[in-house]
Amino acid sequence: MIKIKDIHKSFDEKEVLKGISFEIKKGDIIALIGGSGCGKSVLLKHVAGLLQPDHGQVSVDGKDISLLSGRELKKLRSRLGFLFQGGALFDSMTVFENVAFPLEEKTRLSTKIIQERVLNELERVGLSGSEHKYPSQISGGMLKRAALARALVMDPEIMLFDEPTTGLDPVIGLAILSLIDSCHKQLSFTGILVTHEIPRVLDIVDRVVMIHEGVVLADETPQGFFSSGDPIIQGFIGKTAEGS
Amino acid sequence: MGIFLFKTVFFTVIPPLKFVRVLKQIRFIGFHSTVLILLTGGFAGMVLGFQGYYSLSRFGSDAFLGPVVALSLIKELGPVLSALMVTGRAGSAITAEIGIMRISEQIDALKLMGLNPYRYLVVPNLIAGMIALPLLGAIFDVAGIFGGYLIGVKLLGLSAGTYFGEMATHVNIKDVIEGIYKSFSFGIIIIWVSCFKGYYTGIFTGFGAEGVSKSTTQAVVLSSVLILVWDYFMTSVLF
Repeated sequence: MIKIKDIHKSFDEKEVLKGISFEIKKGDIIALIGGSGCGKSVLLKHVAGLLQPDHGQVSVDGKDISLLSGRELKKLRSRLGFLFQGGALFDSMTVFENVAFPLEEKTRLSTKIIQERVLNELERVGLSGSEHKYPSQISGGMLKRAALARALVMDPEIMLFDEPTTGLDPVIGLAILSLIDSCHKQLSFTGILVTHEIPRVLDIVDRVVMIHEGVVLADETPQGFFSSGDPIIQGFIGKTAEGS
Repeated sequence: MGIFLFKTVFFTVIPPLKFVRVLKQIRFIGFHSTVLILLTGGFAGMVLGFQGYYSLSRFGSDAFLGPVVALSLIKELGPVLSALMVTGRAGSAITAEIGIMRISEQIDALKLMGLNPYRYLVVPNLIAGMIALPLLGAIFDVAGIFGGYLIGVKLLGLSAGTYFGEMATHVNIKDVIEGIYKSFSFGIIIIWVSCFKGYYTGIFTGFGAEGVSKSTTQAVVLSSVLILVWDYFMTSVLF
C-alpha cells in the first residue's frame, strides 16, 4: 500500500536520509526505529506529504504523492491520520472541539451525529468526562489520547504515529501502545509507528525497520529483529531496554 | 511576502469563506480595541486642542481650532495612530498565536486534515482587519474631536458653535474618504505582516519561544514602519 523508494533528503547540506527504501502492505503496522536525529520523523513527514524528497518517491496505492495535484493530495490526506509527537491539539479549543473539528470541517454530518461520534471516540481512548477540558488542563498521557482520538475520528486507512510515547512515564507509555494496538485491531489501518520503545513495541507491530546513518539497516519481523546478530541492532536494543 | 499576500488575496476572493471566524476576528481586532482607541483618540484630541489653540491664537485664528483638530485627526492622526495601536494590541497577538501554532505543529495538523491554513488563519484576519480598521479610525476621530472640544470649548472658552460650525464648513467628504482609504490599507498591512511573520516562525526566526518572540517583535516593528511609509506614499502621491 505504501512504497518508499530511494528517499534522499538534506537540510543545510547535511544529508539526513541517504536512500531509504521499504514497503508496507495494507493493514500492516511497522515500527520505524533508530537513534535520535536519524531522520525517522522526517521520513514520516514525507509519507504525509508535508516534506518533499530531494530524490526518490513515496507512493500510496501506486501513486507518487509528490506528483499529486492539490486536490488529490487533499483526498489522500483525508484517508490519513497523524499523531504528532506533541499532540498538535488546537490549544484554543476543548478536547471535544478538537476531536469534532475534522468532522465539522470535512463532513456534512448533523451536530447530533458528530457529538455521538466524538463521544464514542473519546470513550475508545479512555477520555470520557474530559471532553470540556482544554489541552493545557490535561496531562501528557491524556493529551496523546485526545490527539489519537482526533486522528482516528475520520476512520483513516493509514495512521502515522510520531513518537507517541515520548515524554510519558513507562506505565502511561505502555498504555498508549496498548491503545494503539487495540485501535489497530479494531480499525485495521496501515500504520507507521516511529518509536524508541524497543522491545515493548515488538508485540504490536508486524515489522521493524531500523534507520542508521541515513540508510535502512534492518527490515525484519519483530522476532528476526530481536534475534539479529548485528552489533548495532543489539547495541540499540540494549540501550533502549535500559532506557525503558 | 509578496507570494504570501497574493495567496491570501486569492483565497479571500475564492469561496468558501469561514464566516464565523471572520466575525470572531472582527470582535478580537475591532471590538476589543475600542477602549484603547477611545482613550488614545481622546487624549490625542486634547493635545491637539491645546497645541492648536495656542498656535492659532498667535495669529488670531483660534476660531479655526475645530477644523484644525478635525482635519488633523480625520486625514492623518486617526488612521495612523489607530493603526499603530492595533498593531501593538492585535497584530502582535496574531503573530504570536500563529507562530505558536506553527512551532507546535498545529498548522501541519490543519494541512493533514486536508484543510487550507490560509482559509482558517489568514483570510479571516485580513477581512476583519479591512473592516475593523476604518471603523476604529472613525471612533478615534470622534473621540479626538470630543477631546479637542473639551479643551478648546470647555477649558479655554471657545464657543461650541464656532468649534463645530467652522469644522462643518472646512471638512468635506473627500477628507473623510481619504482617512477611510488609509485605515483600510493599514488594515491590510497589519494583517499581512503579522500573519506572514507568524506563519513563517521557525523558518526565518528560529524555533521555540525565542522564535515566536523574534517574529512578534519583527511584526510590530515592520508593520509600524510600513504604516508610516505607506502613509507618506498615500499622502504625497495619491491625494
